[in-house]
Amino acid sequence: MSAHVVPLVRVQAEDFDTAAEIARLTRDRRDVGAVVTFTGLCRDENGRLAALELEHYPAMAEIEIARIASEAMERWPLTGLSVIHRHGRIAPGENIVLVVAASTHRHAAFEAASFLMDYLKSRAPFWKKEHPRQGGEGGWVDAREIDETAAKRWERD
Amino acid sequence: MSSMNETGPNGNGLKLVYFAWVRERIGRSEEEIVLPREVRTVRDLLSWLKGRGEEYEMALEHDDVIRVAIDREHVGHDEAIAGAREIALFPPMTGG
Repeated sequence: MSAHVVPLVRVQAEDFDTAAEIARLTRDRRDVGAVVTFTGLCRDENGRLAALELEHYPAMAEIEIARIASEAMERWPLTGLSVIHRHGRIAPGENIVLVVAASTHRHAAFEAASFLMDYLKSRAPFWKKEHPRQGGEGGWVDAREIDETAAKRWERD
Repeated sequence: MSSMNETGPNGNGLKLVYFAWVRERIGRSEEEIVLPREVRTVRDLLSWLKGRGEEYEMALEHDDVIRVAIDREHVGHDEAIAGAREIALFPPMTGG
């Protein structure tokens, strides 16, 4: 359980600064022993893609991510947690998502970051559309069974 | 039956919002609708919508894969829709 910690959740078109987000959770602290960050980037799929378009449900995206973040705060003793998810057109090499989990010990930080990503994949209302380099209409990225399975491993009775 | 449990017919607007390929196939991102009384659950809504035209039929063809949120919260297809103000229909999510 993480007492009195409110996770930072942002859904934005702009890029984020990972170092600044780590500093936000460690600055003026003496109790943080571990910070785990996960950054998801746009890849070009072997040169096939010009960009990804991330559509989202603006009214729900932050609320749903905040729900997932709160659940992580309840399950692990975190000293801080930040989640930033971008939307709009994102080119290969650019950032899509950031999770920063801070804790006294590494175990909680690793697990919480992993939990966040598994749940974001299958519950956060975002959809990726491919923009092919060859031009023309791209297709929507299919949800993968493996992501659903990854989220299920965190389920409790 | 109390009229407070009815959606639509008593004048409470119900907004449907669509995302990703559901939005593209239906050809609009949102609409206000009035539902007949017999449409009580998410499953009823999906099958009622499919009767509204070819574009709905195409968007909702495999209705078991359609994900639904009522007032910004994920729900299953058995969920009752009474009192809902905004229902979102969308494909499985691919964020992260």
